[in-house]
Amino acid sequence: MKSFNYHAPKDVKDASKLASSNSAFLAGGMTTIPSMKLGLASYKDVIDIKNIKKLSGIKVSGKTVTIGATTKHVEVATSKDVKKAIPALAKLAGNIGDAQVRNRGTIGGSISNNDPSACYPSACMALNAVIHTNKRKIDAEKFFTGMFETALKSGELVEAVEFQIPEKADYQKHPNPASRYAIIGVFVAKHKKDVNVAVTGAKSCVYIDKDLSKKLSSSFSASAIEGMNVKSSGMNSDMHASAEYRANLVSLYAKKAVEAC
Amino acid sequence: MASLVGSRVERKEDTRFLQGKGRYTADINIANQTYAVFVRSPHARAKIKSVDTSKALKSSGVVGVLTGKEIAEDKIGGLIAGWAIRSEDGSEMKVPANPPLAKDIANFVGEPIAVVFAETLDEAKEGAEKVKVDYKVLKAVVDPAEAMKSDAIHEGVDKNLCYDWLLGDRKAVDEAFAKADKIIKVDLINNRLVPNAMEPRACVVDYNIASEEITLYTTSQNPHLSRLVMSAFGGVAPENKLRVVAPDVGGGFGSKINVYNEEIVCSWASKKIERPIKWVAERTESFLTDTHGRDHVTHAELAVTNDGKFLGFKNETIANLGAYARVFGTVTPTYLFGPCATGVYVIPAAYSNVKAVYTNTAPVDAYRGAGRPEATYTIERLVEKAAMELGMDKTEIRMKNFPTQFPFKQTLVHTVDSGDYVAGLEKAKQMADYAGFEARRKKSEANGKLRGIGVSSYFEACGIAPSAAVMSLGCGVGLWESAEVRFNPTGQISVFTGAHSHGQSHDTTFAQIAADELGVPMENIDVVHGDTDKGTFGMGTYGSRSLTVGGIAIVNACKKIVAKGKRVAAKMLEVNEDEIEFKDGEFVALKSNKKKTIGEVAFACYLPGQRDEMKSPIPEGDEPGLIESSFFDPANFSFPAGSHICEVEIDPDTGNVKVEKYTAVDDFGRIVNPMIVEGQVHGGIAQGIGQALHENTQYDETGQLMTASYMDYTMPRADNFPEFNLGFTCTHATSNPLGVKGCGEAGAIASPPTVMNAVIDALGGQEISMPATAEKVWKACKSMKKSNAKAA
Repeated sequence: MKSFNYHAPKDVKDASKLASSNSAFLAGGMTTIPSMKLGLASYKDVIDIKNIKKLSGIKVSGKTVTIGATTKHVEVATSKDVKKAIPALAKLAGNIGDAQVRNRGTIGGSISNNDPSACYPSACMALNAVIHTNKRKIDAEKFFTGMFETALKSGELVEAVEFQIPEKADYQKHPNPASRYAIIGVFVAKHKKDVNVAVTGAKSCVYIDKDLSKKLSSSFSASAIEGMNVKSSGMNSDMHASAEYRANLVSLYAKKAVEAC
Repeated sequence: MASLVGSRVERKEDTRFLQGKGRYTADINIANQTYAVFVRSPHARAKIKSVDTSKALKSSGVVGVLTGKEIAEDKIGGLIAGWAIRSEDGSEMKVPANPPLAKDIANFVGEPIAVVFAETLDEAKEGAEKVKVDYKVLKAVVDPAEAMKSDAIHEGVDKNLCYDWLLGDRKAVDEAFAKADKIIKVDLINNRLVPNAMEPRACVVDYNIASEEITLYTTSQNPHLSRLVMSAFGGVAPENKLRVVAPDVGGGFGSKINVYNEEIVCSWASKKIERPIKWVAERTESFLTDTHGRDHVTHAELAVTNDGKFLGFKNETIANLGAYARVFGTVTPTYLFGPCATGVYVIPAAYSNVKAVYTNTAPVDAYRGAGRPEATYTIERLVEKAAMELGMDKTEIRMKNFPTQFPFKQTLVHTVDSGDYVAGLEKAKQMADYAGFEARRKKSEANGKLRGIGVSSYFEACGIAPSAAVMSLGCGVGLWESAEVRFNPTGQISVFTGAHSHGQSHDTTFAQIAADELGVPMENIDVVHGDTDKGTFGMGTYGSRSLTVGGIAIVNACKKIVAKGKRVAAKMLEVNEDEIEFKDGEFVALKSNKKKTIGEVAFACYLPGQRDEMKSPIPEGDEPGLIESSFFDPANFSFPAGSHICEVEIDPDTGNVKVEKYTAVDDFGRIVNPMIVEGQVHGGIAQGIGQALHENTQYDETGQLMTASYMDYTMPRADNFPEFNLGFTCTHATSNPLGVKGCGEAGAIASPPTVMNAVIDALGGQEISMPATAEKVWKACKSMKKSNAKAA
């Protein structure tokens, strides 16, 4: 690992001031630290945001669940409030990585990194989340822009994620047997007016499967999407799974999620 | 006194391991040490045009940089192949030089080219980045099946062929095949595995300028052998100036048998830079450079009669050696593979033909089971397929071809001393509720799942030793084992063994057997291993040999202690030696019932000041002290055997395979510690299930290892396994006085075909290669659906 300057600011303003084109915010460090250790990334300044109290915590209001950026996966997984308001979100957090990852990894880190096979982005998309940063509020569908790419600008820091509480929801993933990231993950959320089916792992970036969402919006039942042919074009094909296999899984796991709702 | 042999004694070593108090190589630090980082080839095959170290030498904290040029100038020898195998035409195998640092050409990704020593690890890494190597990249040879048609990667090794070896009689096989009703054929790939010991390789070298002694702390399964090789072939230092210590070692599975480049380079360099050196592999370095296992491409045939009798067997295999032939690299796919490929069956005619090829991949060597898993996979896939094609029950066809007389002269090499294969399979059937399978299959079917059952019966030749036998097969050394039992004057005992424990629990099992022999509490016994300065010599631990060879040396040394003790006790008790009986740690004069404990006798042997005693307790002709050693060279290999049965359930929608039940019945002869043996079987089965369902080493066509981290290489985990159902049968080995057989590898040998037979059974006989990953199985399920639809 190359040497760097370590900063641990107490508030967001200071954190933002320290940021530059050659810096990284550090929360759980579940991606940043391995990347630095492997020499894939190096920074002049590493800005640890874990001491900023305001960035951590879970708030449930009538219609939304808001989770602070540095809230750990284990906290979301075990939160009584989250379990009551959006049990699917707690379930998703409880199946990320392994116990060690869940004890350090954070929601803000996960979505800012936007790994194409991360779990949280699918929840953001399906639950019409609004991403609160130190500069603005961004709708989830505009936040995730590409593989490891987001709408975040230099010095911009995710402060919290505000999820809309659905009527019903469930998340199902087919884990990569080696890394246990999602080969594919499907988050189905039934809102008052419509249904969102968000898919992670299948393509270079999380997306809403419009066909599945439409079908389920008109009839929310597993039979409505039974045998539906999800197209494999544009899907990832690698040594862990072909595009064809991923397409099969998306259709299958969407059905499983609806059944579990 | 109750016998300790046979009891579930808790492991002595667990106290330190479970409390984080183990002392591994990476835990050792020497004052003033430097840190080594190796510059490794990023290419699978490339000419090294030049190596420029000038910038690295100027880098902050860098103490020295050494390359293949310097090590060649100092005439330091390279890595060796330990077994000489001859081709069918009588020619010697072709073995290219394997220098510790590549000078002219790099032959696999990760091969070391240069090394940088610096004051800190970060400075060494930074320095290594500044070593500039100019490569001319060449087309890599990766696929073993294509290697013989590709460019020769080593000068003088035509067709990349190390040898073309034959065991058996082609003519007799042809005749047998001509008489057959049916020929069963399989084409198999035995997938390459990365051993993945929990502790990555490491070494710490301390050069003593005053005495000119090198002390090498290293992650080795056989420190004495490492010293011998480094001294005799490496020329690093004379043996008496080289001390090799392998302290606690966190798993080896065969990958730590070899003396590796890094140990040779650091030992040589420590003397050169006159500083201690520490090197610890990162996980990626382990993936790239630890010797890998398996990697066979096999076509095999079994000639059978309509009523299921086996007449003949043939096996044509291409074995991938990787870039270089290492210590057990050449014997693993020949004598450890070929003889066992006819399995536990009476087959009148057989041959195994193996072509071993070089490719631009990591060297392949022994990995838990070494050759015998590949052999068992070959024959057990054939037998299962034969049962299917003949419409016979898969256990019945096996029973029909088992030998019933022991010793059993196996077709190709071995004479198996003892066993009862029928009893083993019967017991496995009963424990697995084999008869109830159909009901369970129907239940799975009703839930939309496919259920399959697989059987495999195996034997293996382990306890790798008989020197005469192994040397006749091409081994460069005799494979006996030594022990020394040292009774200290105050009664504690040190047992020195040449075997090495890196997970095998020698501290416990060896203490159990010594305690029984000497009639003392096992707490009084310390087992000492892993240091060439302690104990006589040793061949190390691999091939399930520690107990069957090393353990017996301990027994024999103990017997010598007791024999001398008897003579001393007789003199002390003033009776004749033949009037003394040794029992439960006491020498008893039969007539008078006077006695001396073994502790008292030991004390007397050291001649302490014996006031008022005029006579020495040492009989005439004996010397003071109570230390005995033994070198044990057994009469034969040891031949554990057994039958395993597995049931899997497949979800045809995802292709996920769940191992529902796993039953193993093994015959390990007499069992010293059932708990430890069960642990060995569990570990072996887990590794075998890993090979069958999960572990998928992949190189791309340029020779880059695609699965070089745990993000991509699937290790099996606890939730991949059911509770294992273990049973034992027992026929004593006749080749050693304890009647024990090796148990360390059996699980990994028997389980891959057991699991694959179950998967293929669930798929209605459709062939599928290892690992049976979800996507592969899903595809097979799809084509099964299609063909079912067609049939309907």
